[in-house]
Amino acid sequence: MEEETHTDAKIRAENGTGSSPRGPGCSLRHFACEQNLLSRPDGSASFLQGDTSVLAGVYGPAEVKVSKEIFNKATLEVILRPKIGLPGVAEKSRERLIRNTCEAVVLGTLHPRTSITVVLQVVSDAGSLLACCLNAACMALVDAGVPMRALFCGVACALDSDGTLVLDPTSKQEKEARAVLTFALDSVERKLLMSSTKGLYSDTEQCLAAAQAASQHVFRFYRESLQRRYSKS
Amino acid sequence: MKETPLSNCERRFLLRAIEEKKRLDGRQTYDYRNIRISFGTDYGCCIVELGKTRVLGQVSCELVSPKLNRATEGILFFNLELSQMAAPAFEPGRQSDLLVKLNRLMERCLRNSKCIDTESLCVVAGEKVWQIRVDLHLLNHDGNIIDAASIAAIVALCHFRRPDVSVQGDEVTLYTPEERDPVPLSIHHMPICVSFAFFQQGAYLLVDPNEREERVMDGLLVIAMNKHREICTIQSSGGIMLLKDQVLRCSKIAGVKVAEITELILKALENDQKVRKEGGKFGFAESIANQRITAFKMEKAPIDTSDVEEKAEEIIAEAEPPSEVVSTPVLWTPGTAQIGEGVENSWGDLEDSEKEDDEGGGDQAIILDGIKMDTGVEVSDIGSQDAPIILSDSEEEEMIILEPDKNPKKIRTQTTSAKQEKAPSKKPVKRRKKKRAAN
Repeated sequence: MEEETHTDAKIRAENGTGSSPRGPGCSLRHFACEQNLLSRPDGSASFLQGDTSVLAGVYGPAEVKVSKEIFNKATLEVILRPKIGLPGVAEKSRERLIRNTCEAVVLGTLHPRTSITVVLQVVSDAGSLLACCLNAACMALVDAGVPMRALFCGVACALDSDGTLVLDPTSKQEKEARAVLTFALDSVERKLLMSSTKGLYSDTEQCLAAAQAASQHVFRFYRESLQRRYSKS
Repeated sequence: MKETPLSNCERRFLLRAIEEKKRLDGRQTYDYRNIRISFGTDYGCCIVELGKTRVLGQVSCELVSPKLNRATEGILFFNLELSQMAAPAFEPGRQSDLLVKLNRLMERCLRNSKCIDTESLCVVAGEKVWQIRVDLHLLNHDGNIIDAASIAAIVALCHFRRPDVSVQGDEVTLYTPEERDPVPLSIHHMPICVSFAFFQQGAYLLVDPNEREERVMDGLLVIAMNKHREICTIQSSGGIMLLKDQVLRCSKIAGVKVAEITELILKALENDQKVRKEGGKFGFAESIANQRITAFKMEKAPIDTSDVEEKAEEIIAEAEPPSEVVSTPVLWTPGTAQIGEGVENSWGDLEDSEKEDDEGGGDQAIILDGIKMDTGVEVSDIGSQDAPIILSDSEEEEMIILEPDKNPKKIRTQTTSAKQEKAPSKKPVKRRKKKRAAN
């Protein structure tokens, strides 16, 4: 496709990750993902977007406490731990957003009365943290072999004061932006699973369309990384 | 989740192997597993891998007022967390014993040994000092948490740079990293813990036990030492009784091991320093091995957002129209407001009230489910609604009159006593809801 050749031509090595300036609204940072890096959890993945890095571990389907069991589907639990200090309200709210996204995608009815626990640890935060958490959670669920009806990805975008859209903002761009929007999109039809927005903005649909365009790259990245792992060559 | 118990045959197997001086991963008795140290992009962030045990360490600092009895010293705070991803048995309520023991050992090793010069952390005596906080997160538990954690802590402390501060008379200026280069902490020595596991009542010993070996051990001896062969802390747990020469032998082994580990740490720090100075790539992204099949990288990818506006129009066109706007809030008295109306009480089947249902036909008996609205006031002037709203489904609730000066109008309560009354009473409500949607 047109976009693919476009990116192939523009791949170039650069010094220092994430600190080089990017054109307005136009690019995602350097991605990296490593799966199955922890020996204890059933599935684990470390997802890096520029300098932002999140480590996810998944246990499941596993035993669930009787108080938390649901008779016809799996109990999904998401735990997000910040790097410094004790988890607070912001972490709880992000946990809930990620949990709602995962519940929409994971086929919980195949494993009733079990628990699927996703534990996320922020390794470094340099912008687009929620999007990185979503990506890490998805890769970890894939690594754990949890049945899902689609993959999902997180894309963050920021609108600065003159309305320019920036995808995958760094923390500096997020601080200076007028609004920051994070979308979770599913892989089948790029439909919206979750959105979390902060700030003053009026053109949601444009941001959503840009996020959908970006999600194509993220899904291509997922596909290529899984192909690398599972292909026989 | 409860920890899977270790089977008897596995336990016997491990003990027999240890008696024959064999370890499951092929190591010798005094061998350490491979230690790998990687740094992140911020100062003070590192991940240490001791075999498969993985610990993330981060150091941060903050200006605070000093403790009253130590007005000229900075504050050190250590926190080791056993993340739930490290082992299925680590649940929030369940790990307190191990957690307390590890935290206490970390504190004794690092704080009591005075490896950090706390006097240098003082900015203004009695008013402002630096509080250095070390957060350690255990990411994967494959045995010997304490060694990995102590290495991570000391590496993070050595790697950390705090903002530069200058004091001129009464003025304290805190420089940002852009203004002045951040300053490293003043570290006297590097204490590192070495663990020894004992088996068969002290007959056999292993250095750096992994998770299986820890499960079958009788006791653990931890010696914290620095490269100058000074012992910072010793702890013996498990109730094993050790002879003096056993302890001395362990301390000699610890001396050798600590020297090796310290050299490794210094080399890693130096490498990182060099890479940063030369402007090369640093951070966790670089420490992901390229050759691994489970790792994948993608360079910066530009996205074509030129057709964003057309796509946006498509989205708007395909989307469903937004749902009906809720009526404007009505303020009854300061502190009590109402938005819209409530829905019917879905607990109706459970109640068994004696009162008769005394409504007329076509009656709007909607019960507000707001907790604040347990009042008995008839509300009749909400926007375009054409019927009174009756509330209060419980006779035990206290009735608070909202408008004490007005005459309280007749209050009708809906009771859902008999099941056969429930069915017909539902219909009028449903019809009414449809009417609202049409409005």
